[in-house]
Amino acid sequence: MNFAVLQFPASNCDQDAVHVLGQVFGHSARLVWHKETSLGAVDAVIVPGGFSYGDYLRCGAIARFSPVMQAVQQFATNGGAVLGICNGFQVLCEAGLLPGALIRNRSLQFRCEHVFLKTLTTDSPFTNQIPAGKTLRIPIAHGEGCYFADAETIARLKANQQVLWQYVDAAGAVTELANPNGAVENIAGICNERRNVAGLMPHPERACESLLGSEDGRFIFESLIRWLEKRPGTKAA
Amino acid sequence: MRLRPECRRDMKAKIIITPKKAVLDPQGKTVQNALDHMGYKNVGAVHVGKYLEIELTGSNEDEARQQLEEACHKFLSNPVIEDYRLEIVE
Repeated sequence: MNFAVLQFPASNCDQDAVHVLGQVFGHSARLVWHKETSLGAVDAVIVPGGFSYGDYLRCGAIARFSPVMQAVQQFATNGGAVLGICNGFQVLCEAGLLPGALIRNRSLQFRCEHVFLKTLTTDSPFTNQIPAGKTLRIPIAHGEGCYFADAETIARLKANQQVLWQYVDAAGAVTELANPNGAVENIAGICNERRNVAGLMPHPERACESLLGSEDGRFIFESLIRWLEKRPGTKAA
Repeated sequence: MRLRPECRRDMKAKIIITPKKAVLDPQGKTVQNALDHMGYKNVGAVHVGKYLEIELTGSNEDEARQQLEEACHKFLSNPVIEDYRLEIVE
């Protein structure tokens, strides 16, 4: 598989994503600079974490208008798989590829710790390999990860099973205490209605090797890779 | 070529962006609490937002307003979480 990992000024998880896709999973992963107007021949796009354009104005607000994002819009419109991680999630929301917005953590603190995630549906390119009932332990590192959308949008997300992950406690229960940022309904990650674009605040790319304390992030990348391999018209990797 | 002084009409846009009422505003809440602790009574809800000043070079106020309304909606504010007020002054 060929992955494009976007690179904005002040992206800082781009190399981690390339490392995981290339070294851990053995696929081709290429950095694509924000000024590029084309993605080239790619199977999926990763919008990585960081502080694109210094988080000026709003997180993701400026990145969303970069030339490469116009290509990503087109790629997504054509049904291509796009995964936004942390700042990448913020960029995708700002771009309108995902509904809602990420605002300042309720605690006003930058939270950098492992959290537990419950997967609400395996019916997506990003969750299909996550075992039923499995609680994922994956780190977060953000100051503005509080997911917000109006009540109508939240109702629609739930009705369409677009909420992919929620923050839970170690026992898998959705509690107020397990919510690190005040996100509505403990939402950690969502997908669009068509299910080909997803974003999450936690960092699965930081949880793919036992050396880093958790390998649970692998399930998310394995899901995406499996989905790409099974997609009609895809050559075997 | 310099424009004749009577043709020059420098304008400035003032844009105030505030969080929507339904959106959690922990900064506002924290400032409100601090004001209360400092003894400033009769202080109600506080909303922390952003203020932008934009210098404009054209002379057509309607045109400038139309463009900035669009920019506010598309870029300067996020309608999902923020409201804005736009004012153009000379």
